[in-house]
Amino acid sequence: MDVALMVDSLPRLARGMLTTFELVALSGVAGVLLAVPVALARVSRRAWVRAVPLGYIFFLRGTPLLVQIFLVYYGLGQFETVRESFLWPVLREAYWCAIIAFSLNTSAYTAEILRGAIQAVPPGEVEAARALGMPRAMAMRRIVLPRAVRMALPAYGNEVILMLKGSALASTITLLDLTGAARTIIAKTYKPLEIFLAAGVLYLLMTFVIVRLVRWAERRLAPPAGSRS
Amino acid sequence: MTENATRNGDSGLDAKPNVPALEVLEIHKSYCGQAVLRGVSMRAHDGEVIAILGSSGSGKSTFLRCINFLEVPESGAVRVGGEEVRVRRRKTGGHAVDQKQINRLRARIGFVFQSFNLWPHRSVLGNIIEAPVHVLGLPRAEAVARAEALLDKVGMADRRDLYPNQLSGGQRQRAAIARALAMEPDVILFDEPTSALDPELVGEVLGVIRRLADEGRTMLIVTHEIGFAREVSDRTLFLHEGRVEEEGPSGRMFARPDSDRLRRFLASHLN
Repeated sequence: MDVALMVDSLPRLARGMLTTFELVALSGVAGVLLAVPVALARVSRRAWVRAVPLGYIFFLRGTPLLVQIFLVYYGLGQFETVRESFLWPVLREAYWCAIIAFSLNTSAYTAEILRGAIQAVPPGEVEAARALGMPRAMAMRRIVLPRAVRMALPAYGNEVILMLKGSALASTITLLDLTGAARTIIAKTYKPLEIFLAAGVLYLLMTFVIVRLVRWAERRLAPPAGSRS
Repeated sequence: MTENATRNGDSGLDAKPNVPALEVLEIHKSYCGQAVLRGVSMRAHDGEVIAILGSSGSGKSTFLRCINFLEVPESGAVRVGGEEVRVRRRKTGGHAVDQKQINRLRARIGFVFQSFNLWPHRSVLGNIIEAPVHVLGLPRAEAVARAEALLDKVGMADRRDLYPNQLSGGQRQRAAIARALAMEPDVILFDEPTSALDPELVGEVLGVIRRLADEGRTMLIVTHEIGFAREVSDRTLFLHEGRVEEEGPSGRMFARPDSDRLRRFLASHLN
Protein backbone atom coordinates (compact mmCIF):
# COMPACT_ATOMS: atom_id res chain seq x y z
CA MET A 1 0.00 0.00 0.00
CA ASP A 2 1.32 3.36 -1.08
CA VAL A 3 1.02 5.45 2.07
CA ALA A 4 3.18 8.21 0.64
CA LEU A 5 0.68 8.68 -2.21
CA MET A 6 -2.16 8.91 0.29
CA VAL A 7 -0.33 11.65 2.15
CA ASP A 8 0.60 13.44 -1.07
CA SER A 9 -3.03 13.40 -2.21
CA LEU A 10 -4.31 14.92 0.99
CA PRO A 11 -4.21 18.58 -0.10
CA ARG A 12 -6.27 17.86 -3.24
CA LEU A 13 -8.66 15.63 -1.32
CA ALA A 14 -9.00 18.35 1.30
CA ARG A 15 -9.99 20.83 -1.41
CA GLY A 16 -12.59 18.30 -2.57
CA MET A 17 -13.76 17.97 1.00
CA LEU A 18 -14.28 21.72 1.14
CA THR A 19 -16.48 21.55 -1.96
CA THR A 20 -18.46 18.69 -0.43
CA PHE A 21 -18.89 20.74 2.73
CA GLU A 22 -20.14 23.73 0.72
CA LEU A 23 -22.62 21.59 -1.20
CA VAL A 24 -24.01 20.02 1.97
CA ALA A 25 -24.09 23.24 3.99
CA LEU A 26 -25.72 25.42 1.31
CA SER A 27 -28.23 22.74 0.32
CA GLY A 28 -28.93 22.04 3.96
CA VAL A 29 -29.81 25.66 4.67
CA ALA A 30 -31.85 26.05 1.49
CA GLY A 31 -33.51 22.71 2.15
CA VAL A 32 -34.66 23.75 5.62
CA LEU A 33 -35.97 27.07 4.31
CA LEU A 34 -37.98 25.20 1.69
CA ALA A 35 -39.07 22.51 4.12
CA VAL A 36 -40.77 24.81 6.63
CA PRO A 37 -43.55 26.07 4.34
CA VAL A 38 -43.98 22.59 2.86
CA ALA A 39 -44.37 21.08 6.33
CA LEU A 40 -46.77 23.84 7.38
CA ALA A 41 -48.88 23.15 4.31
CA ARG A 42 -48.88 19.45 5.19
CA VAL A 43 -50.42 20.14 8.62
CA SER A 44 -52.97 22.67 7.39
CA ARG A 45 -56.59 22.34 8.47
CA ARG A 46 -57.67 22.68 4.84
CA ALA A 47 -57.55 19.52 2.81
CA TRP A 48 -56.63 21.28 -0.42
CA VAL A 49 -53.65 23.03 1.20
CA ARG A 50 -52.45 19.69 2.57
CA ALA A 51 -52.69 18.26 -0.94
CA VAL A 52 -50.58 20.98 -2.59
CA PRO A 53 -47.12 19.65 -1.62
CA LEU A 54 -48.05 16.00 -2.09
CA GLY A 55 -46.76 15.83 -5.67
CA TYR A 56 -43.59 17.66 -4.70
CA ILE A 57 -42.81 15.22 -1.90
CA PHE A 58 -43.91 12.20 -3.90
CA PHE A 59 -41.64 13.05 -6.83
CA LEU A 60 -38.57 14.05 -4.80
CA ARG A 61 -38.71 11.04 -2.52
CA GLY A 62 -39.75 8.65 -5.23
CA THR A 63 -37.02 9.24 -7.80
CA PRO A 64 -33.26 8.69 -7.45
CA LEU A 65 -31.18 11.70 -6.48
CA LEU A 66 -28.96 10.95 -9.48
CA VAL A 67 -31.93 11.30 -11.82
CA GLN A 68 -32.85 14.60 -10.17
CA ILE A 69 -29.31 15.92 -10.62
CA PHE A 70 -29.31 14.93 -14.29
CA LEU A 71 -32.74 16.49 -14.81
CA VAL A 72 -31.49 19.83 -13.47
CA TYR A 73 -28.05 19.72 -15.10
CA TYR A 74 -28.85 18.22 -18.53
CA GLY A 75 -32.62 18.66 -18.59
CA LEU A 76 -33.08 22.37 -17.99
CA GLY A 77 -30.56 23.34 -20.65
CA GLN A 78 -32.76 21.71 -23.29
CA PHE A 79 -35.22 24.58 -23.07
CA GLU A 80 -34.36 27.64 -25.08
CA THR A 81 -36.28 29.88 -22.69
CA VAL A 82 -34.06 28.68 -19.87
CA ARG A 83 -30.91 29.23 -21.90
CA GLU A 84 -32.02 32.76 -22.72
CA SER A 85 -33.25 33.65 -19.27
CA PHE A 86 -31.32 35.61 -16.69
CA LEU A 87 -31.00 32.38 -14.71
CA TRP A 88 -28.77 30.77 -17.30
CA PRO A 89 -25.46 32.03 -15.83
CA VAL A 90 -26.46 30.13 -12.70
CA LEU A 91 -28.05 27.06 -14.28
CA ARG A 92 -25.06 26.64 -16.59
CA GLU A 93 -22.84 25.91 -13.61
CA ALA A 94 -22.68 22.30 -12.44
CA TYR A 95 -22.05 23.63 -8.94
CA TRP A 96 -25.38 25.43 -8.73
CA CYS A 97 -27.24 22.64 -10.47
CA ALA A 98 -25.99 20.25 -7.80
CA ILE A 99 -27.04 22.64 -5.05
CA ILE A 100 -30.50 23.08 -6.57
CA ALA A 101 -31.01 19.32 -6.89
CA PHE A 102 -29.71 18.61 -3.38
CA SER A 103 -31.80 21.41 -1.85
CA LEU A 104 -35.01 20.18 -3.44
CA ASN A 105 -34.25 16.59 -2.51
CA THR A 106 -33.41 17.23 1.13
CA SER A 107 -36.31 19.68 1.52
CA ALA A 108 -38.80 16.90 0.79
CA TYR A 109 -37.33 14.62 3.44
CA THR A 110 -36.88 17.44 5.95
CA ALA A 111 -40.47 18.58 5.43
CA GLU A 112 -41.74 15.11 6.29
CA ILE A 113 -39.51 14.95 9.39
CA LEU A 114 -40.81 18.33 10.49
CA ARG A 115 -44.43 17.39 9.76
CA GLY A 116 -44.09 14.33 11.97
CA ALA A 117 -42.59 16.42 14.77
CA ILE A 118 -45.29 19.09 14.52
CA GLN A 119 -47.96 16.41 14.78
CA ALA A 120 -46.16 14.88 17.76
CA VAL A 121 -46.45 18.05 19.87
CA PRO A 122 -48.93 17.11 22.63
CA PRO A 123 -52.32 18.65 21.78
CA GLY A 124 -52.71 19.87 25.36
CA GLU A 125 -49.74 22.21 24.95
CA VAL A 126 -51.31 23.69 21.84
CA GLU A 127 -54.63 24.02 23.65
CA ALA A 128 -52.89 25.85 26.48
CA ALA A 129 -51.57 28.38 23.96
CA ARG A 130 -54.96 28.80 22.28
CA ALA A 131 -56.72 29.07 25.65
CA LEU A 132 -54.52 32.08 26.46
CA GLY A 133 -55.83 33.84 23.37
CA MET A 134 -53.04 33.07 20.92
CA PRO A 135 -54.19 33.00 17.31
CA ARG A 136 -53.39 29.77 15.49
CA ALA A 137 -50.38 31.22 13.63
CA MET A 138 -48.86 32.66 16.79
CA ALA A 139 -49.26 29.37 18.64
CA MET A 140 -47.56 27.65 15.72
CA ARG A 141 -44.66 30.10 15.68
CA ARG A 142 -44.17 30.55 19.41
CA ILE A 143 -44.98 27.11 20.80
CA VAL A 144 -45.43 24.37 18.22
CA LEU A 145 -42.46 24.99 15.92
CA PRO A 146 -39.91 25.44 18.74
CA ARG A 147 -41.18 22.20 20.28
CA ALA A 148 -41.20 20.40 16.93
CA VAL A 149 -37.67 21.47 16.03
CA ARG A 150 -36.37 19.91 19.24
CA MET A 151 -38.16 16.68 18.51
CA ALA A 152 -37.05 16.65 14.87
CA LEU A 153 -33.34 17.15 15.56
CA PRO A 154 -32.24 13.50 15.90
CA ALA A 155 -34.03 12.50 12.70
CA TYR A 156 -32.72 15.60 10.94
CA GLY A 157 -29.14 14.70 11.91
CA ASN A 158 -29.70 11.45 10.10
CA GLU A 159 -30.92 13.32 7.03
CA VAL A 160 -27.78 15.51 6.98
CA ILE A 161 -25.58 12.41 7.08
CA LEU A 162 -27.53 10.87 4.19
CA MET A 163 -27.16 14.14 2.31
CA LEU A 164 -23.40 14.14 2.89
CA LYS A 165 -23.09 10.73 1.32
CA GLY A 166 -25.54 11.57 -1.44
CA SER A 167 -23.37 14.54 -2.33
CA ALA A 168 -20.85 12.12 -3.84
CA LEU A 169 -23.19 12.09 -6.86
CA ALA A 170 -22.08 15.65 -7.61
CA SER A 171 -18.95 14.07 -9.09
CA THR A 172 -21.09 12.72 -11.92
CA ILE A 173 -21.66 16.22 -13.26
CA THR A 174 -17.98 17.18 -13.34
CA LEU A 175 -17.76 18.63 -9.82
CA LEU A 176 -14.53 18.04 -7.91
CA ASP A 177 -16.11 17.27 -4.57
CA LEU A 178 -14.36 14.74 -2.35
CA THR A 179 -15.42 11.81 -4.53
CA GLY A 180 -14.72 13.78 -7.72
CA ALA A 181 -11.24 14.69 -6.52
CA ALA A 182 -10.56 11.08 -5.57
CA ARG A 183 -11.62 9.88 -9.02
CA THR A 184 -9.34 12.37 -10.82
CA ILE A 185 -6.37 11.34 -8.75
CA ILE A 186 -7.10 7.67 -9.42
CA ALA A 187 -7.37 8.35 -13.16
CA LYS A 188 -3.76 9.51 -13.08
CA THR A 189 -2.27 7.11 -10.55
CA TYR A 190 -4.32 3.91 -10.96
CA LYS A 191 -4.32 3.47 -7.19
CA PRO A 192 -8.02 3.17 -6.30
CA LEU A 193 -7.45 1.36 -3.02
CA GLU A 194 -5.28 4.03 -1.43
CA ILE A 195 -7.23 7.02 -2.70
CA PHE A 196 -10.74 5.72 -2.01
CA LEU A 197 -9.56 4.60 1.41
CA ALA A 198 -8.29 8.10 2.13
CA ALA A 199 -11.54 9.63 0.80
CA GLY A 200 -13.57 7.22 2.93
CA VAL A 201 -11.69 8.26 6.04
CA LEU A 202 -12.38 11.91 5.24
CA TYR A 203 -16.12 11.16 4.81
CA LEU A 204 -16.07 9.41 8.18
CA LEU A 205 -14.47 12.46 9.69
CA MET A 206 -17.19 14.73 8.33
CA THR A 207 -19.92 12.37 9.54
CA PHE A 208 -18.34 12.39 12.98
CA VAL A 209 -18.39 16.20 13.06
CA ILE A 210 -22.06 16.25 12.00
CA VAL A 211 -23.03 13.72 14.67
CA ARG A 212 -21.25 15.84 17.25
CA LEU A 213 -22.87 19.07 16.08
CA VAL A 214 -26.36 17.58 16.18
CA ARG A 215 -25.79 16.13 19.62
CA TRP A 216 -24.52 19.49 20.84
CA ALA A 217 -27.59 21.24 19.44
CA GLU A 218 -29.88 18.67 21.03
CA ARG A 219 -28.29 19.19 24.40
CA ARG A 220 -28.34 22.94 24.10
CA LEU A 221 -32.02 23.07 23.20
CA ALA A 222 -33.23 20.44 25.65
CA PRO A 223 -34.58 21.68 28.96
CA PRO A 224 -32.25 20.76 31.83
CA ALA A 225 -32.64 17.20 33.01
CA GLY A 226 -35.29 16.91 35.66
CA SER A 227 -34.74 15.50 39.09
CA ARG A 228 -38.36 14.35 39.01
CA SER A 229 -40.24 12.25 36.49
CA MET B 1 -65.71 50.02 22.95
CA THR B 2 -68.04 49.27 25.82
CA GLU B 3 -66.10 46.13 26.54
CA ASN B 4 -63.20 48.15 27.86
CA ALA B 5 -65.42 49.92 30.29
CA THR B 6 -66.50 46.72 31.95
CA ARG B 7 -63.11 45.15 31.63
CA ASN B 8 -61.28 47.68 33.73
CA GLY B 9 -63.80 47.46 36.52
CA ASP B 10 -62.99 44.47 38.64
CA SER B 11 -64.33 45.75 41.91
CA GLY B 12 -67.76 44.34 41.21
CA LEU B 13 -69.27 47.67 42.23
CA ASP B 14 -68.51 49.69 39.12
CA ALA B 15 -70.87 51.25 36.60
CA LYS B 16 -72.53 48.01 35.49
CA PRO B 17 -73.32 45.92 38.52
CA ASN B 18 -76.10 44.09 36.67
CA VAL B 19 -73.95 42.67 33.91
CA PRO B 20 -72.83 39.18 34.96
CA ALA B 21 -69.11 38.51 34.66
CA LEU B 22 -69.92 35.41 32.65
CA GLU B 23 -73.10 34.23 31.04
CA VAL B 24 -73.50 30.98 29.15
CA LEU B 25 -76.67 30.45 27.15
CA GLU B 26 -78.17 27.20 25.92
CA ILE B 27 -75.03 25.30 24.98
CA HIS B 28 -75.64 22.25 22.82
CA LYS B 29 -72.84 19.90 21.94
CA SER B 30 -72.70 16.40 20.55
CA TYR B 31 -70.01 14.04 19.35
CA CYS B 32 -70.84 11.77 16.43
CA GLY B 33 -74.55 12.21 16.95
CA GLN B 34 -74.26 11.51 20.68
CA ALA B 35 -75.60 14.51 22.62
CA VAL B 36 -73.22 15.51 25.42
CA LEU B 37 -74.72 18.88 26.34
CA ARG B 38 -78.45 19.47 25.82
CA GLY B 39 -78.90 23.14 26.46
CA VAL B 40 -76.84 24.12 29.47
CA SER B 41 -77.01 27.70 30.71
CA MET B 42 -75.52 29.49 33.67
CA ARG B 43 -74.38 32.86 34.86
CA ALA B 44 -71.68 33.95 37.24
CA HIS B 45 -71.64 37.35 38.86
CA ASP B 46 -68.47 39.18 39.75
CA GLY B 47 -66.64 37.43 42.54
CA GLU B 48 -68.80 34.33 42.49
CA VAL B 49 -67.26 30.89 42.79
CA ILE B 50 -69.30 28.18 41.11
CA ALA B 51 -68.67 24.50 41.54
CA ILE B 52 -69.70 22.23 38.70
CA LEU B 53 -70.38 18.69 39.80
CA GLY B 54 -71.56 15.59 38.05
CA SER B 55 -70.59 11.99 37.57
CA SER B 56 -68.28 11.10 34.72
CA GLY B 57 -70.00 11.48 31.38
CA SER B 58 -72.33 14.17 32.69
CA GLY B 59 -70.70 16.69 30.34
CA LYS B 60 -69.10 18.95 32.95
CA SER B 61 -65.65 19.10 31.36
CA THR B 62 -67.14 19.52 27.90
CA PHE B 63 -69.27 22.35 29.25
CA LEU B 64 -66.20 24.11 30.64
CA ARG B 65 -64.33 23.64 27.35
CA CYS B 66 -67.28 25.03 25.41
CA ILE B 67 -67.16 28.24 27.43
CA ASN B 68 -63.83 29.28 25.93
CA PHE B 69 -64.49 27.40 22.70
CA LEU B 70 -61.78 24.78 23.05
CA GLU B 71 -64.77 22.75 21.91
CA VAL B 72 -67.08 24.54 19.54
CA PRO B 73 -70.69 23.94 20.53
CA GLU B 74 -73.38 23.37 17.90
CA SER B 75 -75.38 26.24 19.25
CA GLY B 76 -75.45 28.62 22.13
CA ALA B 77 -73.72 31.79 23.22
CA VAL B 78 -71.17 32.98 25.73
CA ARG B 79 -71.05 36.48 27.18
CA VAL B 80 -68.07 37.80 29.07
CA GLY B 81 -68.51 41.20 30.64
CA GLY B 82 -71.21 41.99 28.11
CA GLU B 83 -69.40 40.90 24.96
CA GLU B 84 -71.19 38.03 23.30
CA VAL B 85 -69.88 35.21 21.15
CA ARG B 86 -72.64 33.36 19.37
CA VAL B 87 -72.42 30.19 17.35
CA ARG B 88 -73.78 30.75 13.85
CA ARG B 89 -75.06 28.11 11.53
CA ARG B 90 -73.22 27.92 8.24
CA LYS B 91 -75.30 27.72 5.11
CA THR B 92 -73.13 24.83 3.99
CA GLY B 93 -73.91 22.98 7.20
CA GLY B 94 -71.78 22.91 10.30
CA HIS B 95 -71.27 25.91 12.51
CA ALA B 96 -68.89 28.80 12.74
CA VAL B 97 -67.64 31.33 15.20
CA ASP B 98 -65.62 34.50 14.79
CA GLN B 99 -62.01 33.46 15.49
CA LYS B 100 -60.81 36.96 16.31
CA GLN B 101 -63.61 37.45 18.76
CA ILE B 102 -62.87 34.09 20.35
CA ASN B 103 -59.20 34.94 20.76
CA ARG B 104 -60.20 38.18 22.47
CA LEU B 105 -62.61 36.29 24.70
CA ARG B 106 -60.02 33.66 25.60
CA ALA B 107 -57.56 36.33 26.68
CA ARG B 108 -60.16 37.31 29.31
CA ILE B 109 -60.97 33.77 30.43
CA GLY B 110 -58.27 31.88 32.29
CA PHE B 111 -58.24 28.12 31.85
CA VAL B 112 -56.48 25.66 34.14
CA PHE B 113 -56.16 22.14 32.78
CA GLN B 114 -56.23 18.84 34.57
CA SER B 115 -52.88 17.93 33.02
CA PHE B 116 -51.29 21.40 33.52
CA ASN B 117 -50.13 21.63 29.88
CA LEU B 118 -47.09 23.72 30.68
CA TRP B 119 -44.65 24.13 27.80
CA PRO B 120 -41.68 21.91 28.65
CA HIS B 121 -39.15 23.90 26.61
CA ARG B 122 -39.82 27.04 28.62
CA SER B 123 -38.87 27.86 32.17
CA VAL B 124 -41.60 28.60 34.68
CA LEU B 125 -41.08 32.31 34.06
CA GLY B 126 -41.08 31.77 30.29
CA ASN B 127 -44.39 29.93 30.54
CA ILE B 128 -45.96 32.76 32.50
CA ILE B 129 -44.81 35.78 30.49
CA GLU B 130 -45.39 34.28 27.04
CA ALA B 131 -49.03 35.27 26.58
CA PRO B 132 -48.91 38.62 28.41
CA VAL B 133 -46.02 39.70 26.15
CA HIS B 134 -47.26 38.29 22.87
CA VAL B 135 -51.04 38.39 23.22
CA LEU B 136 -51.54 41.46 25.41
CA GLY B 137 -48.43 43.27 24.15
CA LEU B 138 -47.15 43.95 27.64
CA PRO B 139 -43.52 45.16 27.82
CA ARG B 140 -41.28 42.30 28.89
CA ALA B 141 -40.09 43.95 32.10
CA GLU B 142 -43.66 44.56 33.17
CA ALA B 143 -44.66 40.98 32.38
CA VAL B 144 -41.71 39.69 34.40
CA ALA B 145 -42.66 41.85 37.37
CA ARG B 146 -46.24 40.60 37.14
CA ALA B 147 -45.04 37.01 36.86
CA GLU B 148 -42.82 37.35 39.91
CA ALA B 149 -45.64 38.75 41.99
CA LEU B 150 -47.84 35.83 40.92
CA LEU B 151 -45.14 33.25 41.61
CA ASP B 152 -44.85 34.72 45.05
CA LYS B 153 -48.61 34.39 45.48
CA VAL B 154 -48.64 30.70 44.50
CA GLY B 155 -45.58 30.00 46.64
CA MET B 156 -43.15 29.43 43.77
CA ALA B 157 -40.95 32.52 43.93
CA ASP B 158 -37.80 30.39 44.19
CA ARG B 159 -38.79 28.23 41.20
CA ARG B 160 -39.00 30.83 38.43
CA ASP B 161 -35.99 29.60 36.46
CA LEU B 162 -36.76 25.90 36.71
CA TYR B 163 -38.31 23.91 33.88
CA PRO B 164 -41.59 22.00 34.16
CA ASN B 165 -39.83 18.61 34.26
CA GLN B 166 -37.97 19.76 37.37
CA LEU B 167 -41.19 20.39 39.27
CA SER B 168 -43.58 18.17 41.20
CA GLY B 169 -47.16 17.86 39.97
CA GLY B 170 -48.43 20.31 42.55
CA GLN B 171 -45.78 22.85 41.59
CA ARG B 172 -46.60 22.40 37.92
CA GLN B 173 -50.27 23.07 38.57
CA ARG B 174 -49.45 26.13 40.66
CA ALA B 175 -47.24 27.41 37.85
CA ALA B 176 -50.07 26.78 35.41
CA ILE B 177 -52.43 28.76 37.64
CA ALA B 178 -49.93 31.62 37.71
CA ARG B 179 -49.77 31.44 33.91
CA ALA B 180 -53.54 31.83 33.71
CA LEU B 181 -53.56 34.67 36.26
CA ALA B 182 -50.88 36.58 34.37
CA MET B 183 -53.49 37.53 31.78
CA GLU B 184 -55.55 39.17 34.55
CA PRO B 185 -58.63 37.30 33.41
CA ASP B 186 -62.19 38.26 34.33
CA VAL B 187 -63.10 34.62 34.91
CA ILE B 188 -61.00 31.55 35.61
CA LEU B 189 -62.13 28.06 34.62
CA PHE B 190 -60.64 25.09 36.46
CA ASP B 191 -61.02 21.72 34.76
CA GLU B 192 -60.46 19.12 37.47
CA PRO B 193 -57.29 20.89 38.63
CA THR B 194 -56.27 18.23 41.16
CA SER B 195 -57.32 15.03 39.40
CA ALA B 196 -53.85 14.33 38.00
CA LEU B 197 -52.09 14.88 41.32
CA ASP B 198 -50.83 12.48 43.94
CA PRO B 199 -53.07 12.74 47.02
CA GLU B 200 -50.40 14.42 49.13
CA LEU B 201 -50.05 17.23 46.55
CA VAL B 202 -53.75 18.04 46.24
CA GLY B 203 -53.78 20.27 49.29
CA GLU B 204 -51.24 22.80 48.05
CA VAL B 205 -53.20 23.38 44.83
CA LEU B 206 -56.55 23.63 46.61
CA GLY B 207 -54.92 26.11 49.00
CA VAL B 208 -54.00 28.37 46.09
CA ILE B 209 -57.50 28.14 44.60
CA ARG B 210 -59.04 28.89 47.99
CA ARG B 211 -56.94 32.03 48.31
CA LEU B 212 -58.12 33.15 44.87
CA ALA B 213 -61.71 32.63 45.99
CA ASP B 214 -61.06 34.72 49.08
CA GLU B 215 -59.69 37.49 46.87
CA GLY B 216 -63.07 37.66 45.20
CA ARG B 217 -62.18 36.21 41.83
CA THR B 218 -64.88 34.86 39.58
CA MET B 219 -64.26 31.16 39.10
CA LEU B 220 -65.87 28.02 37.73
CA ILE B 221 -64.47 24.83 39.17
CA VAL B 222 -65.10 21.36 37.83
CA THR B 223 -63.92 19.06 40.57
CA HIS B 224 -64.31 15.72 42.29
CA GLU B 225 -63.17 17.20 45.59
CA ILE B 226 -66.67 17.47 47.02
CA GLY B 227 -65.58 18.73 50.42
CA PHE B 228 -63.54 21.47 48.80
CA ALA B 229 -66.40 22.40 46.46
CA ARG B 230 -68.79 22.79 49.38
CA GLU B 231 -66.36 24.88 51.35
CA VAL B 232 -65.16 27.23 48.61
CA SER B 233 -68.13 27.73 46.26
CA ASP B 234 -71.03 30.14 46.49
CA ARG B 235 -73.21 28.24 44.10
CA THR B 236 -73.21 24.75 42.67
CA LEU B 237 -74.30 23.43 39.31
CA PHE B 238 -75.07 19.73 39.20
CA LEU B 239 -75.03 18.26 35.71
CA HIS B 240 -76.59 14.99 34.70
CA GLU B 241 -76.54 13.62 31.14
CA GLY B 242 -75.88 17.00 29.59
CA ARG B 243 -78.53 18.93 31.50
CA VAL B 244 -78.53 21.02 34.65
CA GLU B 245 -80.17 18.67 37.11
CA GLU B 246 -80.05 21.08 40.00
CA GLU B 247 -78.46 24.40 40.83
CA GLY B 248 -78.48 26.77 43.72
CA PRO B 249 -76.53 28.13 46.68
CA SER B 250 -73.93 25.57 47.69
CA GLY B 251 -74.89 25.62 51.37
CA ARG B 252 -78.47 24.64 50.61
CA MET B 253 -77.58 22.14 47.88
CA PHE B 254 -75.11 20.20 49.96
CA ALA B 255 -77.36 20.25 53.05
CA ARG B 256 -80.72 19.60 51.40
CA PRO B 257 -80.42 18.43 47.81
CA ASP B 258 -83.74 18.50 45.96
CA SER B 259 -83.10 15.78 43.45
CA ASP B 260 -82.53 12.14 44.20
CA ARG B 261 -79.62 12.05 41.80
CA LEU B 262 -77.72 14.79 43.61
CA ARG B 263 -78.48 13.14 46.92
CA ARG B 264 -77.07 9.84 45.68
CA PHE B 265 -74.10 11.58 44.08
CA LEU B 266 -73.22 13.40 47.30
CA ALA B 267 -73.68 10.27 49.37
CA SER B 268 -71.34 8.28 47.16
CA HIS B 269 -68.69 11.01 47.11
CA LEU B 270 -68.69 11.94 50.74
CA ASN B 271 -68.33 8.33 51.94
